[in-house]
Amino acid sequence: MHELSVCQALIGQVETIARRESAARVTVIHLAIGPLSGVEPELLRRAWPLAAGATIAEEAELLIEAADIRVECSVCGAESAAKANRLLCGECGDWRTRLVSGDEMLLTRLELERNGGVQHGDTGATTEDSRHV
Amino acid sequence: MCDTCGCNITAGNQHLIRPGGKFERTASGAESVDVLRGLLSENDHQAAHNREHFDGHGVLAVNLMSSPGAGKTALLEATIQALAGELRIGVIEGDLETENDAERIRRHGVPAIQIATGTACHLDAHMVHDAVHGLALDELDIVFIENVGNLVCPASFDLGQHRNITLLSVPEGDDKPAKYPVMFRAADRILLTKSDLLPVLDDFDPERARACVRDLATPAVMQTVSVKNGEGMAEWLEWLRAERAAQGERVARGESARPAVQPDGAHLHAHTGAPAR
Repeated sequence: MHELSVCQALIGQVETIARRESAARVTVIHLAIGPLSGVEPELLRRAWPLAAGATIAEEAELLIEAADIRVECSVCGAESAAKANRLLCGECGDWRTRLVSGDEMLLTRLELERNGGVQHGDTGATTEDSRHV
Repeated sequence: MCDTCGCNITAGNQHLIRPGGKFERTASGAESVDVLRGLLSENDHQAAHNREHFDGHGVLAVNLMSSPGAGKTALLEATIQALAGELRIGVIEGDLETENDAERIRRHGVPAIQIATGTACHLDAHMVHDAVHGLALDELDIVFIENVGNLVCPASFDLGQHRNITLLSVPEGDDKPAKYPVMFRAADRILLTKSDLLPVLDDFDPERARACVRDLATPAVMQTVSVKNGEGMAEWLEWLRAERAAQGERVARGESARPAVQPDGAHLHAHTGAPAR
């Protein structure tokens, strides 16, 4: 499967960013993966240790946000939820819709350890404030 | 680069970084390492370079995708024969192993570069880049990239092509577009191949296949084609001629084109800023 290729591409990006930030260790990697991206989150998790071994992100946790599929109708203008193989407008049923979300394959955020501390981009709601530098 | 200029912020993810959004940058988060970068941005960057390369030589690049055995190579052979003396064709062949398909193509007097991917289930932009440099693009009008036979992985990787063709062969069954939506959604045109088998495999309903495609909200046309009895070949060749002519006009205007459906944000990854489509 191509999830290993995706993991290898991810490692390349993570290493570049970690170097730029002078990080000692990457602790958490946040991804957004939509059902229409063609990447399976569970396979990504399984492939991850193979790609991350002996890198700065070896012990990093992968946190994957599975984005919902949403479409916007070009005919009636409604925005509605949809399924991967049924992307029709939920209001009027027309097929002429535009995908609003659901095909994401994004690295959204990294949490890094630097000089014995933790760097992250969150407001602190999910991480202990004491770990801020 | 795309991790600094914000070009990765699309309709699909902007809610994450809007005020109050999940990844909003705050005063206390000054050391934030928000990224919002496509996982395959390295590949996309290389693909943009490949596309520039094709455009620079006025070549139309067409990516053929399908399951193994749907008839990609046979379609290419018939296409090459039909367009001999009219359009100059080159082929990049992707398979896990063997040079068989490239040899089949070369028998028709057409240059073919075989990429043996080993265990990789798809072509990526870097593999195609290496192969492109083995082709004399100045002497070609159309480059076909025959992707690895696989209805899953190839859909996720931009190669630098202008158009995607997905083949669905009659023996595979009419509900394949519903089972593999990512692949069929990526197609600019869907070819229902081996249509000469329709009378035998009469449980295949082309209208049902068409309805499955329509459910994917894609305007892609689905046409039947058979290299055995020639059905649909004229329509396919006419589409190719029109696409080749359109590519020539775009290049003259300094523009380029991409497949209609691209992964989130990829349409903003233009290498030169040339209009995408």
